Amino acid sequence: MTRYLRLSGLEPFVLTPDIPFVNVGERTNVTGSARFRKLITNRDYAAALEVARDQVQNGAQILDVNMDEGLIDSKAAMVEFLNLIASEPDIARVPLMIDSSKWEVIEAGLKCVQGKPVVNSISLKEGEEAFRRQAGLCLAYGAAVVVMAFDEEGQADSFARKTAISARAYRILVEEVGFPPEDIIFDPNVFAVATGIEEHDNYGVDFIEAARWIRENLPHAHVSGGVSNLSFSFRGNEPVREAMHAVFLYHAIRAGMDMGIVNAGQLAVYDQIDPELREACEDVVLNRAPKQGGTGTERLLAVAERFRGGVREEKARDLAWRAWPVEKRLEHALVNGITEFIEADTEEARQAAERPLHVIEGPLMAGMNVVGDLFGAGKMFLPQVVKSARVMKQAVAVLLPYMEEEKRLGGGEGREAAGKVLMATVKGDVHDIGKNIVGVVLACNNYEIIDLGVMVPPAKILEVARAEKVDAIGLSGLITPSLDEMVTVAAEMEREGFDIPLLIGGATTSKVHTAVKIAPSYRKGPAVYVTDASRAVGVVGQLLSAERRGSYVEGLRADYAEVAERHARSERAKQRLPLAAARANALKLDWAAHRPVRPGFTGSRIIDGWDLAEIARYIDWTMFFQTWELKGVYPRILEDAAQGEAARALFADAQEMLARIVAERWFTPRAVVGFWPANAVGDDIRLYADEARQVELATFFTLRQQVTKREGRPNLALSDFVAPEGAGADWVGGFVVTAGPEEASIAERFDRANDNYSAIMVKALADRFAEAMAERLHERVRRELWGYAPDESFTPDQLHAEPYRGIRPAPGYPAQPDHTEKVTLFRLLDATAATGVELTESMAMWPGSSVSGLYIGHPDAYYFGLARVERDQAEDYARRKGMELAEVERWLAPVMAGRVDTPSSRAA
Amino acid sequence: MRQRILILDGAMGTQIQALGLSEEDYAGCGCRHHAERPQKGNNDLLILTQPQAIEEIHFRYAMAGADIVETNTFSATTIAQADYGMEGAVEDLNREGARLVRRALDRATALDGRPRFVAGAVGPTNRTASISPDVNDPGYRAVSFDDLRAAYGTQVRALIAGGADLILIETIFDTLNAKAAIFACFEAFAEAGRRLPLMISGTITDASGRTLSGQTPTAFWHSVRHARPFTVGLNCALGAAAMRPHLAELAGVADAAICAYPNAGLPNAFGQYDEGPDETAAQVARFAREGLVNVVGGCCGTTPDHVRAIADAVADLAPRTLA
Repeated sequence: MTRYLRLSGLEPFVLTPDIPFVNVGERTNVTGSARFRKLITNRDYAAALEVARDQVQNGAQILDVNMDEGLIDSKAAMVEFLNLIASEPDIARVPLMIDSSKWEVIEAGLKCVQGKPVVNSISLKEGEEAFRRQAGLCLAYGAAVVVMAFDEEGQADSFARKTAISARAYRILVEEVGFPPEDIIFDPNVFAVATGIEEHDNYGVDFIEAARWIRENLPHAHVSGGVSNLSFSFRGNEPVREAMHAVFLYHAIRAGMDMGIVNAGQLAVYDQIDPELREACEDVVLNRAPKQGGTGTERLLAVAERFRGGVREEKARDLAWRAWPVEKRLEHALVNGITEFIEADTEEARQAAERPLHVIEGPLMAGMNVVGDLFGAGKMFLPQVVKSARVMKQAVAVLLPYMEEEKRLGGGEGREAAGKVLMATVKGDVHDIGKNIVGVVLACNNYEIIDLGVMVPPAKILEVARAEKVDAIGLSGLITPSLDEMVTVAAEMEREGFDIPLLIGGATTSKVHTAVKIAPSYRKGPAVYVTDASRAVGVVGQLLSAERRGSYVEGLRADYAEVAERHARSERAKQRLPLAAARANALKLDWAAHRPVRPGFTGSRIIDGWDLAEIARYIDWTMFFQTWELKGVYPRILEDAAQGEAARALFADAQEMLARIVAERWFTPRAVVGFWPANAVGDDIRLYADEARQVELATFFTLRQQVTKREGRPNLALSDFVAPEGAGADWVGGFVVTAGPEEASIAERFDRANDNYSAIMVKALADRFAEAMAERLHERVRRELWGYAPDESFTPDQLHAEPYRGIRPAPGYPAQPDHTEKVTLFRLLDATAATGVELTESMAMWPGSSVSGLYIGHPDAYYFGLARVERDQAEDYARRKGMELAEVERWLAPVMAGRVDTPSSRAA
Repeated sequence: MRQRILILDGAMGTQIQALGLSEEDYAGCGCRHHAERPQKGNNDLLILTQPQAIEEIHFRYAMAGADIVETNTFSATTIAQADYGMEGAVEDLNREGARLVRRALDRATALDGRPRFVAGAVGPTNRTASISPDVNDPGYRAVSFDDLRAAYGTQVRALIAGGADLILIETIFDTLNAKAAIFACFEAFAEAGRRLPLMISGTITDASGRTLSGQTPTAFWHSVRHARPFTVGLNCALGAAAMRPHLAELAGVADAAICAYPNAGLPNAFGQYDEGPDETAAQVARFAREGLVNVVGGCCGTTPDHVRAIADAVADLAPRTLA
């Protein structure tokens, strides 16, 4: 058996020689990530798990977990987090690195992981006896170890000390403890260089040479290190830091370093570093005398200033690329999203080419391939790609008339696309930003896109798919009823004998739903869940490749069968309460202690006089960046090392459009709000015509959680937050806001001008305007319209964290998943007449940039998720609401328990 | 071991069921462990209350061709015995359990001169260390590594005291439990001043090809390889046919001998196993012909007849070669 480092999570990992470098994910480290530290100190483990998940999804092969922080009980936090990770199969699949300077924390962690982890770290710091004992325990727990070059004298800084300590540790481990040498990873300490202190100048060389010595002299052992230390003296200058790291890794990996704690998103590509900067970095890392004279540190400091702030300013200043050959200029314009010269450059290329088609197939496709590669490698981000697509589209627009002319004259065939993909938002749904983005990204990769728009019925989808002979169909949807629509389309495709790939995407879709509901309905072809736009190209590429499709689909089917099986298993394992028991555990608020405030008016009222500039102040920019698949919190995301440049550019473009939206009054915001006397009657909220509370006006029906709760936690329904009959007067409110219908026509105008970037931008901003209106209106409700919190004063930024009293739950969302409650809300508010917002057959609101909801004022009210509904509650709900059980089940399908159709039980 | 495929015994449960024992038979009399709760079904307790019957089953397996015979101690840990209120009997169960097998094997060896080995059986317990039993609290654990390590330590020390030749950690559905057992073995071996060979056997519980705790066979191997076991393998679960691909994966990656002892097929609607000795033997022989195994035997539903058929079927087949 070859002596490779063999680790495991739920799945194995083997460090074979064809893996040049193992990337250890470092964002779940409280010493390295301020964000993670904050999540752990606030005990927000759900968000902390997302950090871990992101890293695994972004390709971390090992996950480093470190809880060493003075304010945290490190041992308890390590145990809790590792136990939670164990419950998340998509995180737990990779091996863990249990990272602490305290042995007791490491040992507690080792007792929580079933896989083979790496301990980071042990050393000779406290002498041989402690080292031997800890190494023996690592062996008994079944872990590999990182050994720091540290002994009784301190941390090793020179080549001689690094190698001497490593050799001594190796001998003890292998000869005395019986440790497998392939399970030893040496960390010879990366220290900061270019600090201005001469003794530090050789630290880079010392590490690299020690790595080489270890790999040559200590058989089977590995070398790792924390790279970010290297560039400490350049804190604040990210471009230079990234370049230093890239240069250092380039040399260290060649010397044998095969593992490292690196933020992959923060790494420049060695070949792409500006040659002057690269040389300066190389001088300090390799401790060479610069050709220009002076010291390496002086030289890098001089060069560094010019690169501070990165490429953006470079670009503004530097038009040197205009002197390049036309092919290079086209590539540069595509990669950097510059439309300024594209028409002239394309025309120049056309005149030089034999046929206009050759311009597309030559330099333009070459440029887009660069974009595709950079995007695939995580070096470009979505907004930049959409801008590249805009450049491409405008270039093609220049060529199109010539190509048509050529065709008319009977010459030549058309352009060969990689494949034809039909895209549609399903019947009843109006949301299309995600779908449009996927379309753009695919088009960038030479796919021909047929976009049928929104609210497309299944028959239309199939008809066009057949007529156009498309190679794949992509379905999108945002609201829960769209999930059922997708199943319908899948079943229709099956019935009509299609076998082309069906791609599923959108906010409420999921891998589980695709595996459990959609894939079993479409057995002739593959149904694939696509997480986000950045995955689309890879997925479609595999599906349309003759060689790769077979094995890919096979893997996919096995994966989905497993997901479905696991889902069925967890459904069976879940314990739910009968409705009566859930009701017995309802939340009992003390209504003697809280007297609800009477609203300023009852009935409904139209709110007009909206100021677009004021609304804009309430925009939650974090959500805006999310739309563009840039994940991070505003405003910090603007400074993010990896995405910062893309985020800043996007933000600047958004601000520019925002200014025009306000100045030119692009949107026509409208809103209606109402309040009614109300009391809870069981799980219902009954509304009355007047304060006598004798005549019923309407009823909001609510649903109750049926999951078994831990001691002391209630089974909630929204009605619990409203005073029950007999407990005194209470009120509820409701609202509908919309940014107006203009976004659609404005976006269409941009599309016609080959500017899909602006088309997507205006829709994304319209959505944000609607949400901002809801935020602003809710504030006015609390302070004046209902008036239960007249003295509240939060800034708009603070509001996004929902620090205020009361909630505004929306029908169709987690607390009340039944979209049809919107019908009651709209009727009470006469909302369509008041605002122009209409409900589609799936209860989506049109225009899409609209928001509705109820207002509940109790100080203890909070948002919750209903999770699953049992059949007994569905029956009870149907009876209360006067709706057919089948219809209730259809609307609640995504949350109905027991409707688990495993592929095997569905096999026809 | 290098010359031929070794034979492990078969199921205890099936043989015990056939005895048709009553509550009195289980709880016994004169036993110094007084039962507060009903003991019917506590098969391990029969070591103390029906020693002759248990020794007879071991003897029959030995005569059917088993080279390695397991103690009847699958549930003889303080954790698993807590259900019966029999935590106090655990040391006696394991020590006497090993002695019973030793006696049975010595009788068999006296008849045919073949050497045989006592495998101290260590089960998974009825708790999982890496899965929460409460879906609302995924960070919760019903048992800790240290609880398991202490319970396994008591068991393994008593098995060694009773004369076990090797330790078999079996039916592993949660690798973290097994790692605690391995850790306890290391501690017990250090105290005893000698290292017993370890056999480690996981169980793949469903068609997904993973353990209950979610590991693939290769990941499972990486997690237990530090035990430097004499064998690693699979038992129980799906029967021989369904076990084959997972066994092949393990045989492809493990630098240890491979051991397989499947159930006699899948249980029928009444929880009984229908596969006859020849059917099971034919499938196990296929493992051998493909060069996948070094040790074979039977799990749930197998009988001395199954073991005899397996021993006959693999007698002339070569064991898997060890790298």
